[in-house]
Amino acid sequence: MSASAARLGLVGCPTCRLVSRVAPAETMLCRRCLAPLELRKPGSIGRCWALLVAAMALYVPANTLPIMYTSSLFGSQEDTLMSGILFLWQSGSWYLALIVFFASILVPLAKILGLALLLVSVQLRSSWRPAERARLYRLVESIGRWSMLDIFVVALLVTVVQLTALAAVHAGPAALAFGAVVVLTMAAAQSFDPRLIWDPLEQAHA
Amino acid sequence: MPERIPEALAAPKSGRSLPLVWIVPAVALAIGAWLAVSAWLERGTQITIHFRTAEGLQAGKTRIKYKDVDVGLITEIALASDLTGVIAAAELVKGADKLAVEDTRFWVVRPRISGSTVSGLQTLLSGTHVAVDVGKSTQRRRLFIGLEQPPAFTTDVPGRQLTLRAEDIGSLDIGSPVYYRRLQVGQVAAYELDKDGRAVKVTIFINSPYDRFVSANSRFWHASGIDMALDAEGVRVKTESLVSLAIGGIAFATPLDEAEPGPIAADTVFSLHRDQAQAFKNPDRLADSYVLVFDQSVRGLQPGAPVDFRGIVVGEVAAIRTQYDPGSKKISIPVEIRIYPERFTSRLRGGAKSARLGREGKFVAGLVERGLRAQLRTGSLLTGQLYVALDFFPDAPRTSLDLARSPPELPTRPSTLEDLHATLVSLANKLERVPLEQMATNVGHTMQSLDSLVKRLDTELAPEARSTLAEMRKALAETTKTMGDASRTFASAEKSLAPDSALFAELADAAREFARTAQTLRTLADYLERNPQALLRGKAEDAP
Repeated sequence: MSASAARLGLVGCPTCRLVSRVAPAETMLCRRCLAPLELRKPGSIGRCWALLVAAMALYVPANTLPIMYTSSLFGSQEDTLMSGILFLWQSGSWYLALIVFFASILVPLAKILGLALLLVSVQLRSSWRPAERARLYRLVESIGRWSMLDIFVVALLVTVVQLTALAAVHAGPAALAFGAVVVLTMAAAQSFDPRLIWDPLEQAHA
Repeated sequence: MPERIPEALAAPKSGRSLPLVWIVPAVALAIGAWLAVSAWLERGTQITIHFRTAEGLQAGKTRIKYKDVDVGLITEIALASDLTGVIAAAELVKGADKLAVEDTRFWVVRPRISGSTVSGLQTLLSGTHVAVDVGKSTQRRRLFIGLEQPPAFTTDVPGRQLTLRAEDIGSLDIGSPVYYRRLQVGQVAAYELDKDGRAVKVTIFINSPYDRFVSANSRFWHASGIDMALDAEGVRVKTESLVSLAIGGIAFATPLDEAEPGPIAADTVFSLHRDQAQAFKNPDRLADSYVLVFDQSVRGLQPGAPVDFRGIVVGEVAAIRTQYDPGSKKISIPVEIRIYPERFTSRLRGGAKSARLGREGKFVAGLVERGLRAQLRTGSLLTGQLYVALDFFPDAPRTSLDLARSPPELPTRPSTLEDLHATLVSLANKLERVPLEQMATNVGHTMQSLDSLVKRLDTELAPEARSTLAEMRKALAETTKTMGDASRTFASAEKSLAPDSALFAELADAAREFARTAQTLRTLADYLERNPQALLRGKAEDAP
């Protein structure tokens, strides 16, 4: 069993990567670049929870409010995420519908649920399947940006389709909420300290 | 452990108890809560509209618009439970719930092309929407029956709605124009058949401010089509407008003689006349029915034919029936007429109105006593149309009006043509009664007797006549002999004529003259003998 840096009284600078010994003080600074040094990300769990809760709160309007207003000669229309997917599905583009469903609904949801699972397990100091949880964390961190697909599509349409009288596309409030969800989940994933997964194991060994 | 690893710098503690990051979920939650609350608050009124068909309606897409502003959305379309139509559930936006009152009307805006208007063309591109005409009631309502046709006018347009009663709809349609002095001032809003099916009720809407030109005395007439009149001024063609030619219309006017046009009662029903002339006739408020029984043919007499008194139309033929009297086994033709006594009302000298030609006053009975009779007359020789004429025939057999019968029977008189006809017929009848055949037989008999007579004469008389003739010839010969004797007698008588009678003397003169002429001729003959050339050259002059 390997020893963790924290148990050996060492701490790494997150900025310049200098390894220092832990000083007996409340807060420590890197001797080389004066960046604050922490054994573990301070308030990682709390921050992650905060961002996650915010993401959860915004996930609801992101899915229920219209994400895009389309007005044309043929009338105006507003689409929510789900109605857009349904439209694609019904009009035969089921593959597109699957992509959008995956990127816009499933991925944010999976991220939120995955982070929640990690947070709960860490808080309970669970030693259950740490390797899989670590893999889950890596997955959550890596797929986060793909959720921005929808936002890119909306942004593209809004800027391109502006023929004033003939047709116009406006972003709806859900686009904002959805973008916020994506950013918040990414931030939450960033603020989570994966080392916390392994701490209970070490303590159990120790 | 390598001792070269530097120790981290110790720094004073930063006094932060609650991490700032918790502001983020607080804000997010606040936003979420606000959205939820506002969504709950924005939740509009749910209404249900019953349409006959869902043509063009789409759940979740079709909007409800008032003055082209979105006020709601059709959220669900379902068949009515009795399958007679569709039920569209709609959600009105927040604040538009004031629209859903008792007399609000909903209809589907589709492209429509009628005679005068093209409407709803924008829906060709944008798809149909449901339009609203907001009522004035304050009573809230949730269930509505959608109109099939857009209303001709909406309640927010000021004006006045009137009800007309017409015999038939003519060429009117919803939206047909209403004209006042050839200016379009309104339109036909609706029409329906009366409950008893005997007239058509037309609802028109006169826009403000023209509605004040309508008074209780206004006359309405069909302005459709062309009105052609042939009178002393020639042919006149009148039409209201080309539009009304195509789709019909209504015109109205108010007679000027009305001193103060009274306000219109709310339930006033105007009559819609066939044309302007009819509209401006004095309305006949009273009508008395009479029955005329004619023995002659009524061919050419039609219901509606005029009843005229010395050229004034005082009524019309209401009905023509046949009647069989089992007692006398006779079929008669009772003609029911309506007389409008007000047309008969005359002004006496002094301005007082005379007794009207009514049944109550026994006025008609008096007239009948004095010889008032009805008669069929030919109105037009070309068409053979008949009319009923009322006139006085003082020589008519006296009769009286039975006022007890209803309707009373006015005595009739055969028409003048009928008189002539009757005379001719009686003459023919008389002629027919003459025994021509018998006469002819008699004549034949006479001829036969004559023939036999002649034959008898021929056989019996002729030989006798021949002998008589021979005797007569003998007698004639004797007569000739007698005549010779007579001439001799005459000659002797001549001798006995005296020589000195005038005849004799003249004869003597003539003889002398003759003798002189003969001498001259002898001289001439001598000369010619000597000078025969004288015949060619004339008499030569004597030589000196």
